[in-house]
Amino acid sequence: MIEFVNTGKSYGTTRVIHDLNLTIEKGELLVVIGPSGSGKSTLLKMINRMEDHDAGKILFNREEIYRFKVRDLRLRMGYAIQSVGLFPHWTVERNIATVPQMLGWSQDKIRQRVTELLGLFQLDATEYRKRFPHELSGGQQQRVGVARALAADPEVLLMDEPFGALDPATRGVLQLELKRVHQASGKTIVLVTHDIDEALRLATRIVLLDQGRMVQAASPLDLLATPANDFVLNFVGRSDIGIKMLSLKQLGGLARPEAAIDAPSLPQETSLRELVSFMAASGVTRVNVIDKQGGHAGVAHAADIFSRPPSNKAGLVKPGSA
Amino acid sequence: MRITAFRWNPVAAVLTLLGAMATLWLPFLRSAPNRMVSGEPLGLLQVLQSIPWAMGLLLGAVLLGCVMTSVARPARAVLWLQVVLACALMGLLLTVAAGFARQLALIQSPIARTSLGGAFWSLLTVAWLLAADALQRLRAGAVARTVWLLATALPVAMLLASGWCDELSIMKEYANRTEIFGAAVLRHLQIVGMALVLTIGLGLPMGWWLHLRRSAFAAGFPLLGLLNIVQTIPSIALFGLLMAPLALLAASFPALAKAGISGVGVAPGVIALVLYSLLPVVRGTLAGLEQVPSAVVSAARGMGMSRAQIALQVQLPLALPVVLAGLRTATIAAVGMTTITALIGAGGLGAIMFEGLFSSAQDLVLLGVLPIVALAVLADTIFKLGIRQAQAAVHARLANAIDEVPA
Repeated sequence: MIEFVNTGKSYGTTRVIHDLNLTIEKGELLVVIGPSGSGKSTLLKMINRMEDHDAGKILFNREEIYRFKVRDLRLRMGYAIQSVGLFPHWTVERNIATVPQMLGWSQDKIRQRVTELLGLFQLDATEYRKRFPHELSGGQQQRVGVARALAADPEVLLMDEPFGALDPATRGVLQLELKRVHQASGKTIVLVTHDIDEALRLATRIVLLDQGRMVQAASPLDLLATPANDFVLNFVGRSDIGIKMLSLKQLGGLARPEAAIDAPSLPQETSLRELVSFMAASGVTRVNVIDKQGGHAGVAHAADIFSRPPSNKAGLVKPGSA
Repeated sequence: MRITAFRWNPVAAVLTLLGAMATLWLPFLRSAPNRMVSGEPLGLLQVLQSIPWAMGLLLGAVLLGCVMTSVARPARAVLWLQVVLACALMGLLLTVAAGFARQLALIQSPIARTSLGGAFWSLLTVAWLLAADALQRLRAGAVARTVWLLATALPVAMLLASGWCDELSIMKEYANRTEIFGAAVLRHLQIVGMALVLTIGLGLPMGWWLHLRRSAFAAGFPLLGLLNIVQTIPSIALFGLLMAPLALLAASFPALAKAGISGVGVAPGVIALVLYSLLPVVRGTLAGLEQVPSAVVSAARGMGMSRAQIALQVQLPLALPVVLAGLRTATIAAVGMTTITALIGAGGLGAIMFEGLFSSAQDLVLLGVLPIVALAVLADTIFKLGIRQAQAAVHARLANAIDEVPA
């Protein structure tokens, strides 16, 4: 869907992006992460030409983005940023309608779309449609910001640290919502963050940048299991890398096909991190696993958490590493 | 509204005290046998002795009422009473003064002059401020407050229109110059209007340009410096500076002369006003644009809005309150400075004022100055309302980024 081919970008004599080669597939939720000044925001902004690349190529649907009119390109890509950037003098509805209105949608269609999007983000349309941004909480503003970016059903959604200014609780809720929206819509999403936990939680693939160079591009588990070098290892957090891995894996993958035992039960989508915490707190080494319908799905043993049985589907792709 | 710290309203009390002091120490009226000699001061008590006692009693009662409401606890009813009393006081002051003038004209001679004295003006001002203060405390909306405040001046306006005041010296000056006066007001407005239109036409683009260039130039870019220097030139000197080049222009290009450009008259006046007004307008535009959150502009750009769309739909509405604030400063200054343009033959209310000054006719000076003050106050009021509306439209105080309320 989006392809960087030997892409480079300089500000004056400073090179901020070096020789980037990266293909973003349709339906990916690609998280670009890196320390401050690593060029992650520039990478994002080059996609909708908020910044222009000066070396190599960027292809959108196999065509160099310079061949598109800037406006057309941007209308086809949703854009959401950290401080939301909602228009304070427009209602929620008018804000969300920004791009559809530029595309000349009918009033009816716009109304319908606004209702649909507010519903998607669990905001009551009749209540929030006519509100102004300052009458919303931070989390609600950010939801409207993302809804606005999605309004015209763009092919790509670009998000520049969208949850950076929110408190941790709200951030967590919105991350879950974004994940849900991504899974439901199958949209291609490129998200920039500096928060490794956010990246691990959301991404289907993580791109780690350092000083304008791509250090590693891998799925969250691979990034943890096979860090390319010390920089990656340090960035993901050397000391609690195992804990982070646990939080990416689910209890379901651990279940042994055994009959129910006299022990507490946990749903199969519980993360292993939560499981360890639960076991440590309640002093048990085995729990029953329950599937989505509430039926018995096996028994999880504490020992398996650390020994990685071959049956574990959510386990590591490259055994023996880490 | 309840004020718990004070059992009484300190503003009203101070105003009343000031009014009382002015009444004791300043003349209420001055009377003179004719226009040329300066009048003999008359205190309020002296004036009351020579008018019908009922009128005096009424004035006394209203004054007493004002004193009492200003020391009472400012409950809503008291405040409304204060507004009514202030309104009545303004009307009564004029009625009494004009009544005295009529009597004097009747008893002494038709050319006798009755001028309004310090105590009259002080009491009138105190009454107006009392009304304004009470309306403010009543927490009326901005529009309602303005309308009410203007309404309190209604009795005064009606008295002036009724002819009851025609024997007052200032009204006699007016009667002698009815036509000139109307023309002068129009010319005054015309000069201010032209200057403002030109200032907006030049100042908005200049401010915009400065905003765009902000990164390219240091903060002290010469344009603002230049406008600052213009501000330091005394207005009369600026007229003088403009005279020669404009006269030369008009002489070399007859077409320009035909269009009204010349060394004296309206043209140099308007040009000078524009030069003075540019600074607040350019600065206001620049400041207004700078305070538009960059995230908002960046989001607009990222969504594919064109430059013109961003400017008209986002930047301008969000900058408007500050732009209007700059324009307000410029307008009020222009209303005042237009007075000086009379010196170079531009006309306007300044012409009446200077005529009064040069012939030491106090009331003629007032006839020129009072409408200028009224215009300035009116312009101020209108702009204040406009700014309020613009602020409400963009939710000015709360517009920035994300607030702290969790979801």
